[in-house]
This record gives sequence, structure tokens and C-alpha cells, in this order.
Amino acid sequence: MSNQISVGDASPGCQKVDPILVADNVSRQFGGLTAVDVAHVEIPRGKITALIGPNGAGKTTLFNLLTGFDKPTTGTWTFEGKNLAGVASYKVARLGMIRTFQLTKSLSMLSVIENMRLGAQKQAGERFLAALIRPLWRAAENRITEQAEELLKRFKLDAKRDDFAASLSGGQRKLLEMARALMAEPKLVMLDEPMAGVNPALTQSLLDHIKDLKSNGTTVLFVEHDMHMVRHISDWVIVMAEGRIVAEGPPAQVMKDQAVIDAYLGAHADIDLGTVSIKIAKDDN
Amino acid sequence: MDWSLVFGNAAAELISPTTAAYALAAIGLAVHFGYTGLLNFGQAAFMAIGAYGFAVSVLNFGLSFWQAIAVSMILSVLFALILGIPTLRLRSDYLAIVTIAAAEILRYVVSTTSLKDLTGGSSGLSGFATEFYAINPFPTGNYLFWPFDVTEKELWVRVFGWSIVALATILVLLMMRSPWGRVVKGIREDEDAVRSLGKNVYAYKMQSLILGGALGTLAGIVFVLPRAVQPGNYVTGLTFFIWTIMLLGGAATVFGPIVGSMIFWVLLSLTEGVLQGLVNMGVITFLSTDQIGPVRFILIGLGLMALVVFRPQGIFGNKKELQFNV
Amino acid sequence: MSQLLITATKKFAVALGLFTFLFGLLVPASAFAVEGEPVPDSNVFSIGGIIKDGDVVLEGIEISVLGADGFEAVGTTGADGRWSVPVPGKGEYQVTLRVETLPTGASLRDPDRSQKTVKIDVVNTVNVLFPLNDTTTPAVKPGDKPATAETNVFLGRLIAGVNLGILLAMAAIGLSLIYGTTALNNFAHGEMVTLGALLAFTFNKILGIDLLLSALLTTILVAASGWFQDAAIWRPLRKRRVGLTQMMIVSIGLSLVVRYIFQIIYGGDTKVLSQGEIWDVFGVPTQAVNVISAGVGVVILLLVAAFLTKTRLGKATRAVADNASLAAATGIDVERIIRIVWVIAGALTGISGVMLGLFLQASWDMGFSILLLMFAAVTLGGLGTAFGATVGALVIGIFVEMSTLVIPTDLKFAGALVVMILVLLIRPQGILGKAQRIG
Repeated sequence: MSNQISVGDASPGCQKVDPILVADNVSRQFGGLTAVDVAHVEIPRGKITALIGPNGAGKTTLFNLLTGFDKPTTGTWTFEGKNLAGVASYKVARLGMIRTFQLTKSLSMLSVIENMRLGAQKQAGERFLAALIRPLWRAAENRITEQAEELLKRFKLDAKRDDFAASLSGGQRKLLEMARALMAEPKLVMLDEPMAGVNPALTQSLLDHIKDLKSNGTTVLFVEHDMHMVRHISDWVIVMAEGRIVAEGPPAQVMKDQAVIDAYLGAHADIDLGTVSIKIAKDDN
Repeated sequence: MDWSLVFGNAAAELISPTTAAYALAAIGLAVHFGYTGLLNFGQAAFMAIGAYGFAVSVLNFGLSFWQAIAVSMILSVLFALILGIPTLRLRSDYLAIVTIAAAEILRYVVSTTSLKDLTGGSSGLSGFATEFYAINPFPTGNYLFWPFDVTEKELWVRVFGWSIVALATILVLLMMRSPWGRVVKGIREDEDAVRSLGKNVYAYKMQSLILGGALGTLAGIVFVLPRAVQPGNYVTGLTFFIWTIMLLGGAATVFGPIVGSMIFWVLLSLTEGVLQGLVNMGVITFLSTDQIGPVRFILIGLGLMALVVFRPQGIFGNKKELQFNV
Repeated sequence: MSQLLITATKKFAVALGLFTFLFGLLVPASAFAVEGEPVPDSNVFSIGGIIKDGDVVLEGIEISVLGADGFEAVGTTGADGRWSVPVPGKGEYQVTLRVETLPTGASLRDPDRSQKTVKIDVVNTVNVLFPLNDTTTPAVKPGDKPATAETNVFLGRLIAGVNLGILLAMAAIGLSLIYGTTALNNFAHGEMVTLGALLAFTFNKILGIDLLLSALLTTILVAASGWFQDAAIWRPLRKRRVGLTQMMIVSIGLSLVVRYIFQIIYGGDTKVLSQGEIWDVFGVPTQAVNVISAGVGVVILLLVAAFLTKTRLGKATRAVADNASLAAATGIDVERIIRIVWVIAGALTGISGVMLGLFLQASWDMGFSILLLMFAAVTLGGLGTAFGATVGALVIGIFVEMSTLVIPTDLKFAGALVVMILVLLIRPQGILGKAQRIG
């Protein structure tokens, strides 16, 4: 079966027409346990890619490795042709690869607008000495604030502008974290379970935001348990189990793949892939 | 027993140079802990660097007053770097243990008899403030009014100390209202989140350690101007007093440390005076005058425990502004 | 019925805890011997005191007094051993005993306290005391014996180091178990060591109880104090969901409170606890009690290891240390385990305190000065593992004692702390710790 994303047929670790991120031989061991062991994977540019798999498949660990939050036992990977192995997480982010976290990391004791402003890049006032000289950063601050307010409106958080992030609901914090990531104008956003804990009333708008990202040319890679969402918005699906990539392909094809069904059945015998719905909410801490 | 003397002494603490020095050290600690979330348990070391850096520069190397201050500040930055490089990447409780250990190492080093020629060993140093008093702009005489009445020397050290406190307050206020302040406050909340947004968390922590440490070093200089330098002052207890002061006023507030220091010293002086008075009058018989010192420490300890459990945001802090994270 | 029994046990333990506290408060009151000094009532300010070696007053000892902006004066003791220096007015003065003027043989009981700060404000005359070692009834400290051959010195330090390491290990395991199960960095842990040493001093030297029985009573009482601490402070704080940093600061406050209560009760001087036979260990004269302590220590460490690995309770303890919520899910009563850990930690730390008291002598702040060594041991071994704490303690103990062959004795603690920082630089998880998984 052919598609416009992979070179040739879809298979685990297949080549992509236009990859933005290419990883080779990435593995991570904890003690004697192998959490991640990915021989080769490519993430297609400008598309929405879902990373799925049962609990403990190594999805979050792979996220941590690729973004520099954890050090791999072996492996190399490139983002837009730049070698990223061993690059510090903040430098990865500066290159335009911004991630979110499974357990939301909204900065509780900062206001919503300050959370947003923190996402912006190239604010000279963040430098130690420049911070004391307001004229050096006032203009940038105004521009950033404008950008932040626009995003807050889009994410329907504008009413909460001056509240502490701590006062938001779990779902709103997810939205804030995503909006904050967008402040950095990333080329690739990596969302770790963006729907977990989000109020069903908000999920549709969240899905729309993700689709908007794609239409603006941003590449999206997300980890998700909600198969409905995966089916609905993703262009490509990568399936992990026990640290390896076991299947890849367009969503419709992957959902029928016996290896995928086996991987899930092995972990949760009671889950029917077709009906897993948004209701499986993770408890948000 | 002259009770007006007891209350006068307590009130005089409001503007004493010691109160100023502790306020300054607490402002530095607020930069570390209140704003950046760094568990620095070695603020006494920064104060020791101020005291010894200044005194040794003057006494052994014949530097002028301002040069000696500059040398202390350079030493302070170096110390922050040495302290920060191994610890700022580690979990925060490691930072606590390493900073407290580093402070003790420094204290052992300045009090060792093998460095007696430089640091005076356990006897410490004195006579280094001559130039400071020589540049006193106030002519000889008595100033202010009871209970704040002071000589020209005492006035000069107070004016100098509180001016530095004022400058430090303005500096910290400006820094914390800038985008730089936003980043460090973000680090206090969750450093991984800040890292994921492209900020070099390690560098910010280091800058914060240097800034707060430098204020601690200035505090050390202000502290020794009216007295001798002695190693026994720089025990871990000093660090904990500064923590108490910072938490008393509110760790993430700008004026909290100043008010905290004033309350701390007024209360200490008052308890000491009242207890001593009661012992002398024979009202309290179960304590001797020697035991009043320890009673003050017990009260500080109880205060610290109560504060941190029942009012962690301090007297002036916004309950929402400061939460403790590990 | 069993509920009743538990309640009764709890009540007993509370009573025991309270008793420990009150006992500490009351008994040594008889030990106070406050010397009556005439209180002069004039506008003359002075600082003075008396220097005595045992009951013999010393003449010709010099004491220097330094004040603000360069005031300097020297006082000399007269035939009655008294000295007095008039000072210009109120303020802080720094009083230093010129150690070099002491007669040969006489030395300060605590070499770190040759200097004191006094404040003259409400009272015009302040007395400063410099307690000296009582040379009339000499106390022998291990390793202080002059050795002739160099190997002897080396061996002497090594033996003292292993000895210190073993004693330190027991207290460090207590600290480590508490950290492992509750994630609390307990800054008041040193005070349990002090409590052990001072209670042993009280029983053995003041009440004249046999040393072995004293040690046993002390261990029971310090274990009870562990129970009491958890019940009165830490459990309620955990229930309030007070954060770990806050708890750590609470423990700092607690340590200040307890330490200065000790000072009020027992005074600021060092209590001599050890005396007795000297044994020859590989040609090194060593105090018999220290040799026995080390032996008993090794046995206790082995028992702890057996407890943690072989018994149900020990396994449950390790499970809680590993992952408390997982342990709770498998039906382990986490709070009960934590309480037991506090009792065990108390017992271990108490016995360690008795032995350290015999080894280093007892004083009100001994625990706090050892606390950092314990933290160093625990950090070196890897936070939260009992075995790591033991290895760390041995490394620290040996390093502290051996380093004195190279660096000045007054820097030996500093050396150990430098080692800790260096190890963290190279191996942040400690020698035996495993790297933590993130996310």
C-alpha cells in the first residue's frame, strides 16, 4: 500500500519522503532493563504523527531521550540535519523542538500570562545584566505580551490572564502548557498525552488547535492513548511495544495490523481498540 | 533593674548595623530560595567570605577600603562558582547538604592554627576598619534621639549599612520584575518546564547563586565593621538565623527580609533583656544568667518550626506566592 | 483485645518518651555548681573570670579582650586565679584565652573554645569561663598516646578510623532508614546521638549505674524518643501534607531547640564518659571500651543487615523505602513501618551515641558536629540505602582519622567534607547508589 509520507511501503523504521527528525540505534537501559531500543525512526515534516503503545512501551522515555532530558545508552539522532545526540535539553528547545510533559508542568505560582511570556524566545531581558536596563527589553516584552494574549484567546484562556496557573483546572493547565509551547514558535512540537485529563467539552477545540498547527507548517509528534483522537487527526502512526517500534503507517492501516493488536492485547486484554474513548482520563497530579 | 533600658536596647536594634547585615544576608537568601528555589544552607560561608576577604585584604595586603570590598566580591563570585559547579545539576536536597558542608569547610579553614598568620586562627582579626571610620563624613558628636542615640562612628556604620540594604532592595526589585526574574521564578516552580522552553536553567541558577551570595558577602562586611572578625560567628547556626529571618518576613517578598530582621533582633534583645532582668530580680530562679543565651536559641528554634508549618509564606508573603518544592 | 494491647503499648511508649525528656530535665540539676560572683553596681564596665585547672587556680594566664574599632586590652590572672579587664562601655567584646600562657600540661577542654564573644549591655560586669582539662584526674583519649614507630602511628590512626566508622555507621543507618522511608533529611538526627551520650553520662557518672546497664537503658530511652518524635511531630506533619523542604526546616528548628535544652541542662563543657583499662591492639594502646564498642557495633550492623534482608518486617521496610505507594497498594501499613523505622533508628542512634560518647567524650553539641559526617556517609553511600550508609561511614571514619597524618588535626572534618563534595562531583548518586529514572 503506498502513501505520500514514506518512501515505499510503510514498515517499522521505514524511510520518509521528507523527515524532520531521524534517529538511529537509540537505546536506554535502566539497570538491566531496556526501556527503549529503537533501531531507526524518522518523523515526517509538516505532518501529525502519533506515537502509541501500551503503558511501559517506552514512549515517554523516547521523548525524554530525543529532547535531551535523559541520556541514552547508545544512539544518534538529527533534527533538520543537525546532530542532537548529547545536546542539552534547552539547546534542543532553542533549535525549535519544543515538548510538553505527561504530568503537566504549569508553573503554579506564576500568573497565566507570565507562564505564556516565559515561552517566548529571544527576550533580551532574560539576560542577567540586560534585565536591569528596561529600555533594552520593553519593546520585546510588549510584542511577546501581544502574541501571548492572542494565543490565550485562541485557547479560551484569556479570562484567566492574570490568575495564578495553580487556580486552573487540570484540562486548562494542559491547554496552557500547549499554548506556552507555541509561544516559542516551534518547528516540531512534541506533546506527551495532550488529551489526558482534558474535559471532553474542550477536546474538540484541542484537536482543532493541533490541526491548525499543521496548517501553519508546524510538525506535530504526540503520545496518546486515546485511539479516537489518533484516528481522527493523525497522518501517521508509530507503534511502540517493549521499547521497540513494532509498526508504522497511516492510522487506518495500523489499527488493523495484527502486531499492534497483539501488542495491546498483551498489555490490556480488555481494551477494544475501536472504542477506547476520551473517557480514559489519566488522573492529573 | 532599669526596664526602660531593656526596651531602649530592643528598640535600638531596629536600626543597628547587625540588623542591617542580617537583612542583607536574608535578601540574598531570598534570591536563592524565595525566588529561585535553591536550598542554600551555606549563607554563613558567603558572610565569612565578606568578613575575611575584607579584613585580610586590609590587614595583610594593605588594600584600601574600596579595594578590599572589591576583593571580597571577587572571592564571593569564585566561591559561588566552586559551590555551584558540582551541585546545581544535582537534586535540591544534595545542594542543601553540600552548601552546609562547604560552609563548614570554610569555617574550619579560617580557624585552623596552620593559617594563623593570615586569618588569626581561632582569635580572628580586628583593627581593619580604621579607614572606614576615617572616611566618616559625620563630625564628632552625638546624633539622633533616645533610644536611637549614637556617636558619629555608630551613625556612620548605620548609614553605610542601611544604604547598602536600600541599594540591594532596589536591585532585587528590578531584577525580579524583569524577564530574568520571571525565568528564575519559573525555575523555582519547575525547572524541567523552564528547560523545555529553551532556557539554560543551570546558568540561571548560577547567576542567582552569585547574586544572592554577593549580597551575603556585603552583609558579612557590614556585619564586621563595628566588631572583630571571629570564626565562631560563622557556624551553621548563623545560616539558620538568616533562614528564620527570611521565612519570618516572607521568602518571596522584597521587604520581608528587612522587616524579618528587625522583628528577629528586637525580639531577641527583648527576651534577653527581660529574662536577664527577671533573673537579676530573683523572679526567675531556675535559670542562671549564663543560661539566657541558650533560651534565646530555643525560642528561635521553636519560632522557625512554627513559622514553617503554620505560616510558610511569612508575615507579609502572599500565601499563593510561595510554596515549597523539592 | 489486641486493639487494647496496642493502645496500652502506645500509652506506655508515650509515657516512656515523656519520661526520657523529663528525666533529662530533672536529674542532672544536681550537677549545677554555680559560683556566686558579687554583682558590682557602678558605671564601670568590666569583663573578668577565673581560670582553674581542676581545683587549682592558675596564676599568670593572659586573656586578651578586643572590642569595636580597635579597643584592645590584656588581663592576667592573679594569685587567686582571677582576672578582670575594664572596658570602655557597652557593646560586643571578643575574649581570647592566650593558650600559650597556660602551664605545660594544662589545656582547654575544648580547643575550639579559646575564644568567646561577650556582650555588655544590661549588666556591667560579665564573667567569662574557660574550662580546662582537669589534669588531676587525667582522661585518656584513644590515639592520643605518643607512639614511637611510624607504623604505630599509622596503625593507630587506622584503628581509630575503623572504630569511628563503625560507630558512625549505626547512627548513619538510622538517618538513612528515615530518609529512605520518609524522604526526610533529618537535621535533628545528631541530637539523638547527643541524647545517647548524655543519658549514658547521666546513668553511669551521675547515678553510678553500671556502664552496660546504662547503655541498655539509654538505648531503650532513645528508641522511645524516636517513637515520641514521630508520634508528636513527624506523623502529624505528614498528615498535614507538609512539604519535604518544610519538614527539613522543621528538623533544623527542632535540632536548635533540643541542642540548647541540652546546653541548659548539662552546661557547655565536655563530659568525660570513658575511663578504664587500656588494651594493646596490634601494638597500639586502645581503650578497652572502644574495642568492645567496635565489636558490639559490628554485631549490631550484622543484625541490622539480617533484619532488613531476612525478616518480613525488614523486607516491608525496604519495600516502603523503595516505593511507598506501591508498598501501600500491596497491603503494607506504611505508617506502621515508618513508626517502627523511627524506633529502630532511635535505638541504633542511641547506642551509637553511647559509644561515640565513650570514644569522643560527651558534650551538648557533639551530635551536631557529627551530623555532617553522617550526612557525608549517607551521601557517599547513596541516599537511602542502609548498606551504602555503612560503607560511607567506614570511608568517612577512616578518612577523618587517617587524614591527620597529612593535614592539621583541626582540619580533619573539613577533609572528610571535601571528599564528599568531590565524590558527588564524579558520581552524583553516591558510591553504591543507582542512577534515578526521570519522568
